[in-house]
Amino acid sequence: MRWLRENLFSSWPSALATLAILWLAWRCLPPFLDWALVQAVWHAADPRACREAQGACWAFVAEKHRFILFGTYPFEQHWRPAAATLLLVGLWVLSALRAFWHWRRLAPLWLAGLALIAALMWGGVAGLPYVENERWGGLILTLVLATFGIAAAFPLSILLALGRRSGLPAVRWACVGYIELIRGVPLISLLFMASVMLPLFLPAGITMDKLLRAQLAMILFAAAYLAEVVRGGLQAVPRHQEETADALGLSWWNKTRLVILPQALRIAIPPLVNTFIGFFKDTSLVLIIGLFDLLSTIKVSLQDPAWSGHGVEAYLFVSAVYFAFCFAMSSYSQGLERGLAHGGAPRLARES
Amino acid sequence: MPRLRSALAQGALLAALALAIAFLYHNAAQNLEARRIASGFAFLWREAGFEIGESTFLAYSALDSYLRALLVGLANTFRVAAFGVVLAALLGTLIGLARLAPNWLLAKLAAAYVEIVRNVPLLVQLFFWYAVISDSLPAPAQALNPLPGVFLSNRGIFFPLPGDLPVLSGFNFAGGAALTPEFAALLIGLVTYTAGFIAEIVRAGILSVPRGQIEAAYSLGLVRRSAMRHVILPQALRMIVPPMTSQFLNLTKNSSLAVAIGYPDLVSIANTTINQTGQAIEGIAIIMAVYLTISLSISALMNWYNRRVALRGTAR
Repeated sequence: MRWLRENLFSSWPSALATLAILWLAWRCLPPFLDWALVQAVWHAADPRACREAQGACWAFVAEKHRFILFGTYPFEQHWRPAAATLLLVGLWVLSALRAFWHWRRLAPLWLAGLALIAALMWGGVAGLPYVENERWGGLILTLVLATFGIAAAFPLSILLALGRRSGLPAVRWACVGYIELIRGVPLISLLFMASVMLPLFLPAGITMDKLLRAQLAMILFAAAYLAEVVRGGLQAVPRHQEETADALGLSWWNKTRLVILPQALRIAIPPLVNTFIGFFKDTSLVLIIGLFDLLSTIKVSLQDPAWSGHGVEAYLFVSAVYFAFCFAMSSYSQGLERGLAHGGAPRLARES
Repeated sequence: MPRLRSALAQGALLAALALAIAFLYHNAAQNLEARRIASGFAFLWREAGFEIGESTFLAYSALDSYLRALLVGLANTFRVAAFGVVLAALLGTLIGLARLAPNWLLAKLAAAYVEIVRNVPLLVQLFFWYAVISDSLPAPAQALNPLPGVFLSNRGIFFPLPGDLPVLSGFNFAGGAALTPEFAALLIGLVTYTAGFIAEIVRAGILSVPRGQIEAAYSLGLVRRSAMRHVILPQALRMIVPPMTSQFLNLTKNSSLAVAIGYPDLVSIANTTINQTGQAIEGIAIIMAVYLTISLSISALMNWYNRRVALRGTAR
């Protein structure tokens, strides 16, 4: 009772807000639940059952789930992208555990994991039939684009961030120019560049497949954004650390590698995870240049005339999938931020 | 010696960049010739030959030039960005304040809103809103009429203007102000998505004002409203303005997703132009030049404003 009075009816405006919200919930929730659950069609072999029903047609998602998750990958081989998806998610989960935060553990883990995923997806070894990457699609494509994008963009971004703080004007201006150029234009223009303009820039006789070109554009894009996050971390390392390293007579390379970067990257971990979430969401844009990621496969499923008109259900479903991934990552990043704030290194940032 | 080394390193970098550009240029020249694609911007004056669904400030027909088509696209980008920025700032501020409200229900509702819109890709949200409008809203004859003069239908959203009410005639409404389904979906998507980010910025800005400042304001005898206006907001704004600007820029850049739902913005029309003329390099150069100009001028403007706010604060 007291909790109610303090949190919901503490003043006249507050009480009015509570009543307004309750009224809205009373008006909107029952019809929504009725549509989404009570009247919904969960299983239907025949799309007509959906058209006659008053509620949501989840049967559409059930019917098309294979295509939505795996795209045009050969049907009888679907266990391969399924296993690769689980493996990739497993790698991310393991990397999120602090016990694994060391190059000696992470590097072999990822190398082995990625080799296994490549073997599963392409095949051609151990009796698995070869599947060209034009046929990859669905959730695994989204995860692959995000994973390889970040893996390649991260080292590049460190170089860019260091270059932006370099004492050499030519290096500094090249990095600033690159970062500002990429950050100033929409991702879509880079993807168009990769899909229609890049082929014009390759020497005659050399072609690059579409997935690789899109991946390249995503890497160049992510590197510019990550570089700014890394630069934030570099700026937060107190000056005296650098001066001490200089006084010890460390070379620029050793100073950067052993003193500055470990502290800067530790500080930058939470914003790095946030940038990664944004990047994960941005992989959905490859739909526009015609790759079959998770969003694209569901959009293609909607074009089946027998099941047309269920866009709302389809996009709610795909939203839920993206939400599960992104919410998990953002909760993790928030937990990390709290954990790191209590544990040493980032405290240093406050001193400067 | 170190000076010589750094000069050499920089010279090597510049030479490598120049070499890479020369290599790409050479390839492009050869490829364009092999594919018989013209280069240069002469195509801008040729007849475009395609219709554009909606054009705001400029009259346009398929007989006009590509240049005019691109200008129509640019005007459409500005239109959705201008409405989007204003509405997103309003909605975002309201939700940010709601998250700090003493009312538990309101705060939790705002927090849930922020989590949902920030963790789903914008493109999915745009498709969702477009599907809601085109699949779920009724035909104009059975249009929803939530407020007098406002009609929601799968052909668009209709508002009354002073002395000009939308009236059903034939298969659609005439009169009043109309939002096409594409524009409405894009605007709703951009506003609700960006508002989630702005809400967090507003909340962080207000929380950044030290408690001592607020307590000092109360002990000076200021009431809640004047404390907010004279003490909290001026300090919070200084924290809020820079990230808010980058959200406005993001919204403008994100409006390029219009191409996916068929709203004729700059990117969408440049895309059509590229498909028709094959001049990909010029088309993409135009898109990039326009967005870079917008980005750089807004950040220059905001840096200037920011310096002014910061200076006034320290001068006092």
